[in-house]
Amino acid sequence: MSKVSIIISKGSLEGVYPGLIMANGALMEGIDAILFFTFFGLDAIIKHQMNNLKVATVGNPALHIPSLVGILPGMSNFVTNQMKKEMEKLDIPPVGEFIEMIHDAGGKIYACKATVDMFHLKKEDFYEQLDDIVTVGQFYEMSLDGQIIFT
Amino acid sequence: MGVLVVGGKSIQTDDEGYLVNFSDWSKEVAEVIAKQEGIEQLTDRHWVVIEFMQKEFKEHGSGPSMRKLTKESGVSTKELYELFPKGPAKKAAKIAGIKKPVGCV
Repeated sequence: MSKVSIIISKGSLEGVYPGLIMANGALMEGIDAILFFTFFGLDAIIKHQMNNLKVATVGNPALHIPSLVGILPGMSNFVTNQMKKEMEKLDIPPVGEFIEMIHDAGGKIYACKATVDMFHLKKEDFYEQLDDIVTVGQFYEMSLDGQIIFT
Repeated sequence: MGVLVVGGKSIQTDDEGYLVNFSDWSKEVAEVIAKQEGIEQLTDRHWVVIEFMQKEFKEHGSGPSMRKLTKESGVSTKELYELFPKGPAKKAAKIAGIKKPVGCV
């Protein structure tokens, strides 16, 4: 495999990290990587949101917390902080730093044009590592000779 | 298993080319492995990375994560990928004579 394109479509902490880890891991293996952020996944590259992503504590059965407990104020913050601490131990960087690392390693960062238009966002709203805002068609063109993973 | 011949001496490697015994490593060995990995000349900056990896290996039994490597060695992510193109962690570990990296980041 020489190229992988990873689509990140969810904006929760656990929705964003797998795609980042896989993209970075690909680059570490010498595989070219493209990240395409769409729908709520865009939060991961929006400047004022990217470092405030939260773990979903409701409707997340694998967390083993009853949804009724998950709705309690502060619950999402608590679980998010716990998870961030564990990630720090493994040397997994915060979202902003991770995106920078992927970009510096040669990974490409793209935002989905349809979502950008839908949310009325502008290029200035995004982290400086954003390479471009592209259409689905452009994304497919760039991914032509690689594998596509949807997360 | 593989064998690397350096200066008339045979050195054991695993199937992927990592040294089996770190004690077999020498600068000469590093240069031979680097050439096999497509790096013609090891510069001072390559050596900064190699020596940092060996120090981590001696202290912790494994190479550092990419994040630790870039934060503490003074070699940025960008430079690291320029020095060791296409898979810096693995290439640098191989040249440093240490085990294949086990971390995911």
